[in-house]
Amino acid sequence: MTPIVSADVAVVGAGPAGLAAAVAAAESGAAVVLVDAGAQPGGQFWRHRPETVVPEQEGKGHHGGRTYLDLRARFDAARGRGRITYLPGLQVWMAQQLHPVQGDDAGFTLRTTPTAAVAALEASVGTQTVVARRLVLCPGGYDRQLPVPGWDLPGVMAAGGIQAFIKANGILPGKRFVIAGTGPFLLPVAANIAEAGGKVLAVLESSSPTAWLPHLRAAAGVPEKALEGAEYAAVFARHRIPYRTRSIVTEVLGTDHVSGVRTARVDADGRVRPGTERAYEDVDVVGFGWGFTPQMELPLSFGVQTRLDADGSLVGVVDERQQSSVPGLFLAGEVTGVGGATLAVLEGLAAGTAAAGGTVLPEKTAARHRRFAEAMHRAHPVPPAWQDWLVPETIVCRCEEVTARQLTDARESLGARDTRTLKSFTRAGMGWCQGRVCGFAAACIGAGSGVAPTAESLSGSAKRPLAAPVGIGELAALETTDN
Amino acid sequence: MSTHSSGETWSVNTPGAVNVSFDGRPLVAVPGQNIGAALVSNGITAWRSTRKNARPRGLFCGIGVCFDCLVTVDGEANQRACLVEVQEGMEIEGSCPDQGGRA
Repeated sequence: MTPIVSADVAVVGAGPAGLAAAVAAAESGAAVVLVDAGAQPGGQFWRHRPETVVPEQEGKGHHGGRTYLDLRARFDAARGRGRITYLPGLQVWMAQQLHPVQGDDAGFTLRTTPTAAVAALEASVGTQTVVARRLVLCPGGYDRQLPVPGWDLPGVMAAGGIQAFIKANGILPGKRFVIAGTGPFLLPVAANIAEAGGKVLAVLESSSPTAWLPHLRAAAGVPEKALEGAEYAAVFARHRIPYRTRSIVTEVLGTDHVSGVRTARVDADGRVRPGTERAYEDVDVVGFGWGFTPQMELPLSFGVQTRLDADGSLVGVVDERQQSSVPGLFLAGEVTGVGGATLAVLEGLAAGTAAAGGTVLPEKTAARHRRFAEAMHRAHPVPPAWQDWLVPETIVCRCEEVTARQLTDARESLGARDTRTLKSFTRAGMGWCQGRVCGFAAACIGAGSGVAPTAESLSGSAKRPLAAPVGIGELAALETTDN
Repeated sequence: MSTHSSGETWSVNTPGAVNVSFDGRPLVAVPGQNIGAALVSNGITAWRSTRKNARPRGLFCGIGVCFDCLVTVDGEANQRACLVEVQEGMEIEGSCPDQGGRA
């Protein structure tokens, strides 16, 4: 039988929000269990080289590195005092509420499975079942993707994937890069590449700096972001990285690997301006990032109330203590709205404190960061006309190899206007990734060009009965324990 | 050593090497690297072919979300190359009929 670990507060995710939540809950006196898919704390934002190989990490090269080192020291201390039980290398594949009708006395069960079924994985502690009175979900997010012709070629990566590769391995996944999409996140990715010795041929930003003009007050509320921007500008100047606004990659070129890209200038809606096409040759890595998609399957499995955020993402609704519509279930970080690491830490601290029964004071800093995030989302939208970039043969669902034509046909001939119906007609979203990568794009295609997807359609793609792939043995064990 | 300087990689500063094999071929990896990084730094950028169109795939999301980079590790199928750290003697297998690096 699977071992059971009990705690007052269970936290899922060890990134900025989860680490902060675990520390705050433990410092408020709760017994805490922290479950994380990663082999070591930090999440994606504070991803670093394996501590087994590089024991002394300086936190350099990370914005907010000092915050990490502070939280990490407090985390290690709480572990030392036995207040935090840390379970790395485990993914939650199912989360359940024990007594759904008993309000405050509700408890939660988390069923876990190893991230990698490799015996040699030292960090793995073996499958555990976690039972806790309160639950804080901080699963983070991942790069949002918009398909373009050729994006399924090897050498095309998520922008965040390139950064993760550099942070985790200390080397580059190629030599000559083009980074494209929208949002300020493209800047640190390009800067990291250049600082590690790679050549960034161009950063293509679909939006325009003038898109910030209506939001300058919100931007001025977070002056440290301007400083961060100035640092990137210096790196761009030093490495002569061209930053082309109102520009997109229209096609990734290559037969069995990326060899180049075609680009074009676009208007404010993302329509290609004829005569502005150009090509970059001798490219071996293309990084795409169109903002982020919060990882919503665990919150959705509890039926939390959701909303559409300013960036078009489906996120969980929370109160000022980060509590969701489900009593005892707290959310922090990107699942409550994509807003970056500083905000995620503040939300994690509030969620952890509240989950442990402590008092949470209203946070002015968090409010400023939320206003900044909203301004950023409005200044860097997914271009409404992006579906015009597709050709009928473009793969949209990478796992099941479903094309744009199959999806538009299902919409036009079969009336499939949401992700769930599209999935049943075309298999889009039915493969290994369960629609994590294509879900947003499929929802857009179902809605039709220029129309933003609804919360229902996004939710249809993000509801996953199993939050992680799990072996038949674990499913069978579940039957036995519940009988 | 936890930082990098321009033009250098961390790997050159990390002592030791990890010997693994990919489809029976010996590869040298750096301690602490994940399988994806070990393959890419050995010039192998695709190691799986898709079921329907037999298209090559390698790393995409890099953080365990997309499952494009699946490999078999010591007989365990469907492991994400971007998440599993290399270990001495590890036997890695892809599922590309036409093996090797890029075209």
